[in-house]
Amino acid sequence: MNGYDVAVIGGGPAGMAAALSASAEGARVVVLERNVFLGGILMQCIHNGFGLHYFKEELTGPEYAERFVKKVLADKNIDVMTDTMVLSVSEDKTIVAINPEKGCFSLKPASIVLAMGCRERPGGAIQLCGGRPCGVYTAGAAQRIVNIEGYKIGKRAVILGSGDIGLIMTRRMIFEGAQVECVCEIMPYSSGLKRNIVQCLNDFNVPLYFSTTVTRIVGKDKLEGVYIASVDERMRPIKETERFVECDTLLLSVGLIPENDLIATLNIDMDGVTSGAVVNERRETSMPGIFSAGNVLHVHDLVDNVSVEAETAGKYAALHAKGGYEKSSGTIKISASSGVRYALPQAVSDSAKNVEIFFRVGNVYKNTVLKVTSGGKLLKKKRCRILLPGEMEKITVDLTDLPEKSIELSLEI
Amino acid sequence: MYDVIVIGGGVAGCLILRELSKYDGIKSLLLESCDDVATGASRANSGIVHAGFDCKPGTLKAKFNVEGHAMYPSLMEELDVPYKMTGSLVVAPEDGRAGIEELYEKGIKNGVKVEIIGRTRILEIEPNVADDISLALYAPEAGVVSPYKLTIAAADNAVQNGAEIRTEETVIKIEKTAFGYKVLTEKGSSYECKLLINSAGENAVDINAMLDDEQYETEHRRGDYFVLDKKEIGNISTVLFPLPDHRGKGILVAPTADGNVIYGPTSILSEKGDTEVTLQGLDQIREGLAKTYKAASFRNVIRLFSGMRSAVGNDFIIKESEKNRGYIMLLGICSPGLTSSPSIAKYVVEELVSRHFKLGKKQSFLPLPKHKKIAKLDAREINALVEENPLWGRVVCRCETVSEAEIVNAIHSPLKAVTVDAVKRRVRAGMGRCQGGFCMPSVIKIISRELGIPLTAVKKGGAGSEIAKEQIGVNKK
Repeated sequence: MNGYDVAVIGGGPAGMAAALSASAEGARVVVLERNVFLGGILMQCIHNGFGLHYFKEELTGPEYAERFVKKVLADKNIDVMTDTMVLSVSEDKTIVAINPEKGCFSLKPASIVLAMGCRERPGGAIQLCGGRPCGVYTAGAAQRIVNIEGYKIGKRAVILGSGDIGLIMTRRMIFEGAQVECVCEIMPYSSGLKRNIVQCLNDFNVPLYFSTTVTRIVGKDKLEGVYIASVDERMRPIKETERFVECDTLLLSVGLIPENDLIATLNIDMDGVTSGAVVNERRETSMPGIFSAGNVLHVHDLVDNVSVEAETAGKYAALHAKGGYEKSSGTIKISASSGVRYALPQAVSDSAKNVEIFFRVGNVYKNTVLKVTSGGKLLKKKRCRILLPGEMEKITVDLTDLPEKSIELSLEI
Repeated sequence: MYDVIVIGGGVAGCLILRELSKYDGIKSLLLESCDDVATGASRANSGIVHAGFDCKPGTLKAKFNVEGHAMYPSLMEELDVPYKMTGSLVVAPEDGRAGIEELYEKGIKNGVKVEIIGRTRILEIEPNVADDISLALYAPEAGVVSPYKLTIAAADNAVQNGAEIRTEETVIKIEKTAFGYKVLTEKGSSYECKLLINSAGENAVDINAMLDDEQYETEHRRGDYFVLDKKEIGNISTVLFPLPDHRGKGILVAPTADGNVIYGPTSILSEKGDTEVTLQGLDQIREGLAKTYKAASFRNVIRLFSGMRSAVGNDFIIKESEKNRGYIMLLGICSPGLTSSPSIAKYVVEELVSRHFKLGKKQSFLPLPKHKKIAKLDAREINALVEENPLWGRVVCRCETVSEAEIVNAIHSPLKAVTVDAVKRRVRAGMGRCQGGFCMPSVIKIISRELGIPLTAVKKGGAGSEIAKEQIGVNKK
């Protein structure tokens, strides 16, 4: 079972892009996918809006995935194992996986690309009070039942959280004949894309209540409704504003968590903000030869960015396997402060010249200035009309002549 | 005609049914109002196997707790139920010395292995106790168990040995007959028996009322809990209690037998059937916990739940009715009811049922087969299973590493698992950190396939809890 240069864990958009770019560098690649088909969560995202950046055309999720699936399946350097769950990864890069055909088996590739994606935060994690009836689902689980299995899940819904899946599912529920009472967002802003708020809520007159949350789920066996209330600055519900909304469905879109459980026992540096690994410009983690890309590294809003990021990881995973790139003599740390929540990569090798840095802000900022500094020296300044927490931004920085081996991204606020 | 009917499929009822199934010629039936056993207090409690030091000496609670506790290690082995002897600490700052000493005295009187220890010993056992904790009552033989798995295993083992269980049968009326009792249910069924056992938990006093038997008041106290990700298990290895008060044993932190951590319970006076977690309850847990435990972290919470303790007076009531011959009542089986249940079951059958039937043990009582789980097997063992059935190689629940074969086996266990929650309680699919977000859609398909029912008929658990409501794009004509 050995002899692979690169093993890619996950056959979603990140895994497929990584596999293709690793193969393009001449690597022998295996993709390990837990589902019975490639494509990952894209396969249940039957709405359009994918590929505007990467393919310069508008595609649905399955269409976007299909373009990669075809290439992956046609690529003689890539083996695909679907219905295959990776059970463990060890420091010596031994992967133990299981599937119905082979049972338990192990692989020892020279490089690994982590592309496991993310999972949805469940209601318990946000300490959602009340009963535990049927009718409360994470938006993605609901999306799978509706779009993949082909069943309606309810007639009258409330959506908690204005993450993109929640917004998309609002419209999807309406298309399937349901009434969506409202979308409640505990923050004073949405974490979803602007275009989704317009196309999924505004176009259907669904109200979006900011600084509002669900305080109580009513129903023992089946959902009868929810209490919603405004929250104060400390995000505690304001009792006087509490009101009952009758519904049979509550969808939760309250955050995505990179699914890094496989590497929890490895000594890989993790970023407390992204919940993903700390990586350099090659998307290589602190453990040489282990790379990370896509939503397992940090949650993206556009799959187009996932594909590009994963191509980088796949390329360097192949080069690592073939000993084809020089180890850098040192690293430049990249940090975020003052309004910038995180920047990625978190470090770059000092041989890098121009580097693309992705970042997210922690609030809504209008008419602000993004500054990139190093040891007090201003490297770059960018005027931004609006920065939103839901939209990932990027900036390219020239790293020659740095006064210090660190750079910082911050907002002028 | 049944010899014995047991009303209520909680831990006590199911263990009684199993006990009955050990005897020749006893035809017994258990009636449960929900679609599975262990859906009331037996599924939602702390899962503690109490050592027995805090029951008032001389009470039934003290007797059954101590006897039940002693039965756990071998019974859990027999029934293949997750159980760990973790020990427990009741911790207090210096001003709690009198309380600790009082518990110690009770423990000694009850015949429980207990000792009072100081901070140095406490820290060796549990480094994360609060800074001002200076002494503790240590009960090394206390433990933790999966309460619903125990209930389910008892039910399965009973059915395997000839007992019957009918779910979704709510008792609405009981009539006396020449031989015993006729039990009528909401669905319109009627079942006759010679002997009737009431282990209906929070509804037990209502069954008494149906027979116009002694009337009791039930005090319902709701307990809210946090369940934490398995990541937290390194922080706590024993059951950590504060000093108890009139409301109960207080807010504890404990590892669960399955490897999670729980914080709770509150003790909020409430009404029957209330299992809603409240914000106030969660605040009380946070405050209470701070007094005993300094590693409390709410970042890794994956689930909230609440359960009900239904107390009738201060002690258990376990007896044959004076008024209604052949009617055995179990009232107020709240804490330490879980710990006590194995000995209560033995007592009910050997001391009370035996007055009516000549009991002779079966030669051929079948042991419950061990449940195979890929999460607990090595590669060689898994491959032997996959060879026989490829479904052992398909992981459905990624968080808890549960294979499809385990789910299929659970569905076809002696007491069939027919709902998503029933599957979850048996194999843990959906109990992990994603809480079923990924596996639930697969589980409903597997249940539908295995039971040969449409997807729209698969329930989460409970009346009207179908998940998939209607197929999209299908012409109903």
